[in-house]
Amino acid sequence: MSDFSVVGKPIPMIDAAAKTTGAGKYTDDLSLPGLLIGKILHSPHPHARIRHIDISRALELDGVVAVVTGADAPNPYGILPVGHDEHALALDKVRYVGDNLACVAAEDSRAAERALELIDVDYDILPAYFDPEESMKAERDLIHENKPHNLEKDYHHVFGNPAQGFAQADCTVEGRFIANEVTHAAMEPHSTLATFDLDPVTGNIGRLTVWSSTQVPYYLQHKLSLVLDLPMSQIRVIKPLVGGGFGGKSEVIPLEIIAAIAARKARRPVKITYTREEVCWAHRGRPRTIIDLKTGATSDGRLTAVEARVIQDGGAYCSYGVVTILYSGALLGALYDIANLQYDGYRVLTNKPACGAMRGHGTVNVRFAFESQLDEIAAKLNLDPAEIRRQNLLRPPAITVNGLRVQSYGLPECIEKVVERSGWAERKGRLGKGRGLGLACSHYVSGAANSIIRSDMPHSTVNIKIDRDGGVVVYTGASEIGQGSDTMTSQIAAEVLGCLLSRVKVVAADTDLTPIDIGSYSSRVTFMAGNATLRAAQEVKRQIASAAAQKMGCAPEELIFRDDLVFRRDAQRGVPRLEGEPSGENPSRQRSRGRTHEQANTSQASVAGRVEGQILRGSLQQKRKEDLTPKDFMTFEEAVVAAIDFHGALTGTGSYAPPAAARGGKYKGAGVGPSPAYSYSAQVAEVSVDEETGQVTVHKVWAAHDCGRALNPVAVEGQVIGSVWMGMGQALTEEMIWKDGLLMNPGLLEYRSPSAAESPQVEAIIVESVDPEGPFGAKECSEGALAATIPAISNAIYDAVGIRLHEAPFSPERVLAALRAKKAAKPLNLTEGVDPTRPTRFREHGGALCFKQKGPERHELDASRAR
Amino acid sequence: MTKQLVALRVNRRLHELAIESSWLLLDTLREQLQLTGSKRGCDDSSCGACTVLVDGIPMLACTLLAASCEGREITTIEGVTEHGALAAIQKAYGDWGGAQCGFCTPGFIMTVKHLLATTPKPSEEKIREALSSNLCRCTGYSQMYEAIKAAVEAEQKGLAGDEKNAPSRT
Ligand code: FES
Ligand code: FES
Repeated sequence: MSDFSVVGKPIPMIDAAAKTTGAGKYTDDLSLPGLLIGKILHSPHPHARIRHIDISRALELDGVVAVVTGADAPNPYGILPVGHDEHALALDKVRYVGDNLACVAAEDSRAAERALELIDVDYDILPAYFDPEESMKAERDLIHENKPHNLEKDYHHVFGNPAQGFAQADCTVEGRFIANEVTHAAMEPHSTLATFDLDPVTGNIGRLTVWSSTQVPYYLQHKLSLVLDLPMSQIRVIKPLVGGGFGGKSEVIPLEIIAAIAARKARRPVKITYTREEVCWAHRGRPRTIIDLKTGATSDGRLTAVEARVIQDGGAYCSYGVVTILYSGALLGALYDIANLQYDGYRVLTNKPACGAMRGHGTVNVRFAFESQLDEIAAKLNLDPAEIRRQNLLRPPAITVNGLRVQSYGLPECIEKVVERSGWAERKGRLGKGRGLGLACSHYVSGAANSIIRSDMPHSTVNIKIDRDGGVVVYTGASEIGQGSDTMTSQIAAEVLGCLLSRVKVVAADTDLTPIDIGSYSSRVTFMAGNATLRAAQEVKRQIASAAAQKMGCAPEELIFRDDLVFRRDAQRGVPRLEGEPSGENPSRQRSRGRTHEQANTSQASVAGRVEGQILRGSLQQKRKEDLTPKDFMTFEEAVVAAIDFHGALTGTGSYAPPAAARGGKYKGAGVGPSPAYSYSAQVAEVSVDEETGQVTVHKVWAAHDCGRALNPVAVEGQVIGSVWMGMGQALTEEMIWKDGLLMNPGLLEYRSPSAAESPQVEAIIVESVDPEGPFGAKECSEGALAATIPAISNAIYDAVGIRLHEAPFSPERVLAALRAKKAAKPLNLTEGVDPTRPTRFREHGGALCFKQKGPERHELDASRAR
Repeated sequence: MTKQLVALRVNRRLHELAIESSWLLLDTLREQLQLTGSKRGCDDSSCGACTVLVDGIPMLACTLLAASCEGREITTIEGVTEHGALAAIQKAYGDWGGAQCGFCTPGFIMTVKHLLATTPKPSEEKIREALSSNLCRCTGYSQMYEAIKAAVEAEQKGLAGDEKNAPSRT
């Protein structure tokens, strides 16, 4: 049984009070003397050549300090090295409604907004592409000249022998699934504040400092250097509190660069904060995905082959697109044992905001299709949905047919747990009319084994410094974005060093102070930054142990660090326990939460420790004389002081790079998908369907998640519940609705992110498979659960009313249409002949700020124009 | 535009401010008074991140003119902390995972404060109804219910400030 003192405890986030009191600062809360406000002019056209931009009238307006356009920073950039196709401000062309044209920096936001109206732009309007399948046929007026047929990238992978696999199948099911576009809708709109120091010698513009709502300060520093032609060492990126990311802040968003360009021209600090509508245009969400899926199985439910053709509507720029389309294929593997696999993926450009990485990057929509189809097969073969999944489990340790290494594998236990808790055996199919249960599984990477910038550098590095005051400072580039990264870091450091959590201070995500870390995305932080923290802490611990061992007359290996004490293993019994200290037994799930123990500890121990420490500092020599008789134990602080006297400054560095064995195969595109460890999830959803209105209600979701080890159960449950909830949003209500390239619902209310009133009870069940390489066995817990929720709900709808929905979200219109088709007993393909850009809801108020003209004519290649 | 002198009472202190009549309360709080705890999350009064109490009633500061609040008692998140210590609801939100990224948290705390002031022992349904005026994108709301229940318990036992007895899960 595990015996930890800090890890595995439900500890509140270390920055909780900053958040609950409003004292914590997010980027938009920051200000500097002389601050200017930046506002951006966006394109009203989905596709147009820019003939001329005239900023002269805007410059004359009172309060306007600078106006910048594309010419002020013409270098292209993009998050992927293969996709440098963006300009912070458009140079010659705009490619979506909302594309960035110019930025005004003014004394206040009102002046900046007024100035935007005085910028005159002349366009040559071009035909635009809105539907990916139509866009792929394009011969001219391409979105990017170097991308024929508007095809960003396509991949064709064959593993095993799919033809033979299908020949062996007793049952083959085929179908088209569509998952519509969704977006992160993090509550904090993107914000950036940029300022330049003056060079102390020349008085010219010198070093750049940027505060930004980013998940990856390092990438921002890198792209700023590229666009502004500044060495990276001349750029400092600081991440204040971030109000949610979900992938939307994992790449460089135009405003982050525009603010710096404007600050350079204005020679004053500039802050830009997006409006909610601008956030929707910046987007980088989950692309609308068309999945043609074919699965074969033997009569006992063993999968023989899977063939998937996936088309993603990527929007106007590459963004993370190449990675997304690869993930969609790669993560068909590593959940079940599939011997034969064929994958054809197409990432297509259209004249809409770019899609990028969103929670469950690449896997979510394909998982929806796959798990729904698996249910169809189970129904055909008369198998229980839980049984067909058990039939296809991997036998780890394993390498999948597409080269993914699987070690810890908690999926079997996850399935058992949700089956048991939901009363699956007794209740499935017996809940009465209109109510049903559905089951589905999913998985996700604990960080990508290959980073997007090809290099051999470690993915995470952490420094730890301990000084005579006994304070432990951890310097990490990992970005806290609400998921609990800083708390995880301090828990691991405190556990390894056996000190109080309150001793640990985390300095994070500041490129001047913290070592390079490739940031918070692809669920990599706990595994990678966690391992780096663990190693750094072990290194410092070794130094303390060798000094303490000398004092205590024993070998360093005999020492135990725990509960803020350092003691000899054999002397454990004689060591006094501090009152109110956790006794070390396994935490029961019922135990109280909060800072109780921790704070009781802090106050008593630190008072004792401090007095003791001061004696040491004050009259060290005197004390040393007394210390001639070896002791049984020392306080942590005494041991630290001993080590500093012995070694000098106490510092340690740890880093993490994924092992070669986890980096995947050698084929083209093999770099995406491999991970040192995968998390596993199984879920049962209970839903009811109103057959009159088509309204689907989710009553409860049981979600079992294998996170390796729960370093902090409250945080793990919070991540799992949040993922399930976000999956439910995509399953039922969330959808970005487009009309001629114009977003019809650019607000939270119209986008329909679920409120408390429509949110189900989620029972999070933690499964711990203890990964051999994770820090204390931990893996990811923030993304994997999301993908199972959508198919669990769709399978539950099938159980409730016998309809199989092939297009998400399962809106009342789609449910009603399917119910009607079922009654009429003739199959209806909802997706055939329907203009995919046709809106189903309209905005009822408001309107695009800068959109003054009607949308352009539909392109002649646009299918809907014929009608 | 010309400015007028307005006296705003915020968190029990009176501030005389020169503001334009078109200025919103949210911008005035954030920019003139540096009370940045209230957040802006949307353009169309849909998120509740800017919720403040005006004469004890939760209002959206992004949809109120600052000048119209003259003579009212405005309470922001900065005014919730009791005698320098966390209020029971603030501690409970921290302990029970009610705040992840924390951007929505100030708004929720103001909403919950009003809920608990008017309904000291709210049912789960009542809690859901009250919370539905605000949006959160991180938590799925579940852990907020736990936090609110814990805060209610703590208030009842009068243990809000007693660190030795954290609420236990029920
Ligand atoms: S800022 Fe969203 S409701 Fe006020
Ligand atoms: S905690 Fe992030 S939006 Fe609520």
